[in-house]
Order: sequence, then C-alpha cells, then structure tokens
Amino acid sequence: MSLTRYLLRKTLWFLGAFVAAVMLNFILPRLIPGNPVDSIVSTLGRGGAEGEALRRVYEAYNAEFGLDKPIWEQFLLYLKNLAHGDFGVSFTLYPAPVSELIGDALPWTIALQLPAILIGWILGNTLGAVAGYKGGNTDRGAFLGSLFISSMPYYCLAILLLYAFAVAWPVLPPSGGYSFGTTPSLTPEFIADALEHYWLPFLSLVLVFIGGQAVGMRSMVIYELNSDYVNYSRGLGLRDRQIIRQIFRNGMLPQVTGLALSIGTLIGGALITEIVFSYPGLGTLLFGAIRQNDYPVFFGIALMITIAVLLANFIVDIAYGFIDPRIRAATRGER
Amino acid sequence: MGLVRFGPRFLVALGIFLAIALFGVLGPYVLTSHTPNDVVGGLYDPPSSEAWLGTDNLGHDVWTNLIYGTRTSLYVGLLAGAVATLIGVVIGTIAGYRGGWLDELLMGITNVVLTIPSFIVLLLISITLQTRTASGVALVIAITSWTWLARAVRAQASSVRTREHLDIARLSGARTASLIVFDVIPYMLSYIIMAFVLQVSSAVLAEALLSLLGLGPSNGVSLGIMLHWALAWEAVRTGAWWAFVPPTLLLTLIAFSLLMMQSSMDEIFNPRLRRGAPRRARRGASIVAPGAVDRSAAAPASAAAGAIIAADEPVDAVTADRGGS
Repeated sequence: MSLTRYLLRKTLWFLGAFVAAVMLNFILPRLIPGNPVDSIVSTLGRGGAEGEALRRVYEAYNAEFGLDKPIWEQFLLYLKNLAHGDFGVSFTLYPAPVSELIGDALPWTIALQLPAILIGWILGNTLGAVAGYKGGNTDRGAFLGSLFISSMPYYCLAILLLYAFAVAWPVLPPSGGYSFGTTPSLTPEFIADALEHYWLPFLSLVLVFIGGQAVGMRSMVIYELNSDYVNYSRGLGLRDRQIIRQIFRNGMLPQVTGLALSIGTLIGGALITEIVFSYPGLGTLLFGAIRQNDYPVFFGIALMITIAVLLANFIVDIAYGFIDPRIRAATRGER
Repeated sequence: MGLVRFGPRFLVALGIFLAIALFGVLGPYVLTSHTPNDVVGGLYDPPSSEAWLGTDNLGHDVWTNLIYGTRTSLYVGLLAGAVATLIGVVIGTIAGYRGGWLDELLMGITNVVLTIPSFIVLLLISITLQTRTASGVALVIAITSWTWLARAVRAQASSVRTREHLDIARLSGARTASLIVFDVIPYMLSYIIMAFVLQVSSAVLAEALLSLLGLGPSNGVSLGIMLHWALAWEAVRTGAWWAFVPPTLLLTLIAFSLLMMQSSMDEIFNPRLRRGAPRRARRGASIVAPGAVDRSAAAPASAAAGAIIAADEPVDAVTADRGGS
C-alpha cells in the first residue's frame, strides 16, 4: 500500500517536472530577442537574394516554422511535433533535422557516459568502504586524494589529462572519437581506433566520479562502524572482508539516492568533457550550437538531456523503493 | 580554544581560500600594472620576465587575466551562494514552520524544480539573456541551485517547530517573526553555514561551466572564460600550458578548499562522524527527529559539489552528509 503510494508520488513529481521542462523549452526560445527566422533570412541575404524574393522567403519560413499562428496553436503544434520525435531543423546546417543530428551524436555520448558512471560508482564505493573501514594511512591517503580529485571539475581533469597524455607525452590521440578520414563502421579496425580515442575522456570521467563516490561512502562507513551489528560481528570474530560486505550493503542505500540526485550534474560535467576532447557526442554538438546561435539544435539537446536525466532519476528512485524496505516506514513517517 | 576546536585541516583549507581571495581582491592593485585588455605580446607568447605567465590568444597578459578572473569567479560564487542560501532558508523555514497547504505548495514547487536538471535550466536561461553581467550570471545560478537547501531546511524547521522551547517562547508572547529568527534559525545555523560553503563552491564551478560554454559574463574575464578561449584557440593541443593550467589549478583549489572547510566543519558540528565517537546519538543536540527527515534531503549538498552521499540514518541525517576522520 505505502509502496504504491511512494511509486505514485514519485511518478507525479516526475510528470510535473516533465511538463515544467517542456514548458521552459517552449517559452524560453520565444523570449530571445529577434525572430529566429531573421537570422536564417539574413544568412540567405548575404548570398545575393533581394527585396521581394527575401520577403517571400521570410513568409515561407514563418509559415513553415508556424510563427504566424497564435501562441497557443504554436504550443499545440510544438507538442505534436515532439510526440513524433520532431525537434525542428537546424539553422546552421539547414535543412538537416535536429533529431538526425542528435541521433548521430547520442550513441557516442551514451557509450562514454554509461560505463563511466557504472564503473565509477562501483569502484568508488568499494574504495570508500575499504578506506573508511581500514582507517589510518590508507584512509588518510584515499580520503584526501578522493576529496581533491572529486573537487576538481570534470573539465579541469580532462584538460590536464589531455595535455599530459596527448601533448606533453603523446601516447594517446588528442581529439575526436576516431581518426580523421575514417567513417564510423563496425569493422574491427574502426573499433580499435575508436577505443584508442575512448581512453582519455573515459578516464577523466571515471576518476572524478570514483573520487566523489569514495568520499561519500567513506563517511557512511564511519557512521556505520559505531553501530551494534558491527561490534557484534567483531565479537563473533568475523573476518574483515565479511564485515566490510555488511557495512557496504548498509551504506550503499544512501549512495543509490545520491546517484539519482547526481545524475544531472554528472551528465552536465560529462558533456563538457566531450568538448575538451572534441568527442563527437552531444556535448560537442551543444558547444557548436551555442557558438553559432543554432537555437533549434540547442533546445533539442536541452530537452533530450532533460528527458534522459528525468528518466534515469525515475528508474533509480523506483529501484530504491524496491530494494529498501525502510522506504515504507520513512514515507509514512514523513509529514 | 573556546567552544569550537578547529582542526588543522580546517585551518589549512581556510588559509588556501583566504590566500586566493586576497589574490583576487588586492591583486589588481598590487600584483600587476596592466588591465586584462592590455595587449602585451603576440599569440601565446611563452612566459617571460615581461609576462610572467605568457600571453593568451589575443596577446593579453595571462597573469593579469588570472587575477581579474579570480576576482570575477569569487564574486559570482559568493553572490550566487549567498542568494541561493537566502532563498533556500526562507522557503524552507516558511514551509517547515508553517506546515499545511503552504508547506505542500512550496515543497511541490521545490520538488519539481529539483527534479529538472539545474544545469539545463542554467543553460536555457543564459542563452535567452543576450547580455550577461557578472551579477546577472550569479543570480541565474542562484535561482537554479537553492532547491536541495530548501528541502533540507524544511525538514529541520518542521522538527524544531515541535520543540518545548518554542512553546515557552509562544507562551511568553513572542511573535512569529521573532520566533523564527531567534528560536528556529539558530538551531539550524551550523547546517546553514555549511550549506553556504557548498553553495559557494558549486556556484564557482557553475560559473566556470557556463563561461566555458561561452555563456558566462559577457564583459570582463573569469577563470572559465580563460578556459573557454584556451579551448577555442587550441591552446591545449599546441602545448601553450600557461594559458590553461593556471585557471584550471585555481578553480580546483577554490573548490577543494571550500569542500575541505565544509567537511571539517561537519566533523565539529556532528560528532557522530568522528572516528571512535561514542555510539550514543546526541538526542538533546540532534537537529532532526527520527522520521521527520526526507531521506534524500541531505544528499544534494554534496551532489552539487560532485561528491555524493545521502545520509540515511534519521537522526542527524541532515547534517551528516559528509565527514572526515
């Protein structure tokens, strides 16, 4: 009963957030001074088109983008297009549809971020648990190191790694997701090439993430160390490994919540990392869109990321409701 | 040392932060004779006795830019941190203290805003604003980052509300405003101070992120803007380390010192995080009553700063979000 209520409540929050995000994505572009069509037409104008022709082009575009209709009709149109996965067309790469640009970039971003988040989460929590349990110099070293690395913004570590391993000591390729002149395909050569380009962005994400998780897990473990079940297990003469495993399971639950809450920040940081390495994912696409005022691409990516983050959050929250029996007690206790 | 004993870790962190702050505040008058826009050399001149840290892509002095950039970054960080903390505390206190429909409404808004990834909102608003001042950027950062604090403060306020000392204050005729200021807020002060430090640190990084994307303050220079140009002009791949290593290190040092300050403060305010602390929880001093805590309320404090944890123990959960040994 209360689990159902928990799930229902979470679903409501996410629906609310989703609606708010879609509204933001609809309203904000329309607040930008200057009609977006102006910028396309002025680009065309430089090509030599004149007066009457330009005006007709202008009207045609206005009609195509639906900008001549009242605002509520525009909103309905917008929703309808979204439902069909249509984010409009790019300004700078006209007439390439935004959904196609995003579709090309998305696999790279997912391939980079998903393993980084999962591996970082597991390794970071293990390191934190061991450091917290062992104490002494292991702990001091691991804690200060983790705190330092985790306070480093992703892109800072990325820049330093890039300089160290691709410029100062050139062992790894400095940019891109694959070598120039090759086209993405599923041949072994291409995959080997892509893997070589994968290392630096991946490492810079994973290291920061391990640091962040370890700092959190460590204090959870110290918190748990004082509890009765640990003293009891010690009294029984259980081995360290077994005790750590128990502590790990208890300390892990808040870390799951932490994961849910940090996914947004994580993805944001990872996008910047892509820019540093000119990795062909969403981050680099976003960077280009901002520099060239390509609003449809920008807002398309923003909406995509919002949906991805909401979805990831939702999944973690739901999973949490199932793995932690105490959630029922807590939701009931909450006013 | 009176009531509180600050450990060496806190003092070191404070020292680093103050040194950087002095560098940014006094630097323009003492450490350089240029302004950020003076052209002192060519494209990426290496460090010399003229320009200690070389020049950037426009021939500006990197050392001078670094000083002014630190100044802007700290200004944005402190302003955004202060405003975000203020909004969070006000909304959280009102919601927690009042309860009822106002609570439901405020927390509804907070939860929705909390769920939308804040950096996306940050980008969306920033791209909509055509000209951005440092203060404007700080305000935009502030209105996207108060949410987790509001939730945590609400959890604390709603528990403080039921304490006996408030009944006594009410019986002696204190008004609501004075109750909140003198009897509720002081109980949450240690948490609010730690949250402020975290807010500043995440705001500095948020500004750097925006600037790096080219959406930072449109006049002046900040550490993130320096990185933006260094990336745009390929300083990294051409080996012009002086253009990007100094701002990178400064950003990291600012964030690191603030996080370390926060984690050592946490140890002082929250003895259970100390190693070998007695098992007994401080019932009398604990801020949160069992069950009154939204379990994830404490997490984003650290989540925002990159390190993630949500304390799960109901007692002290809100202040237990990070610890040291």
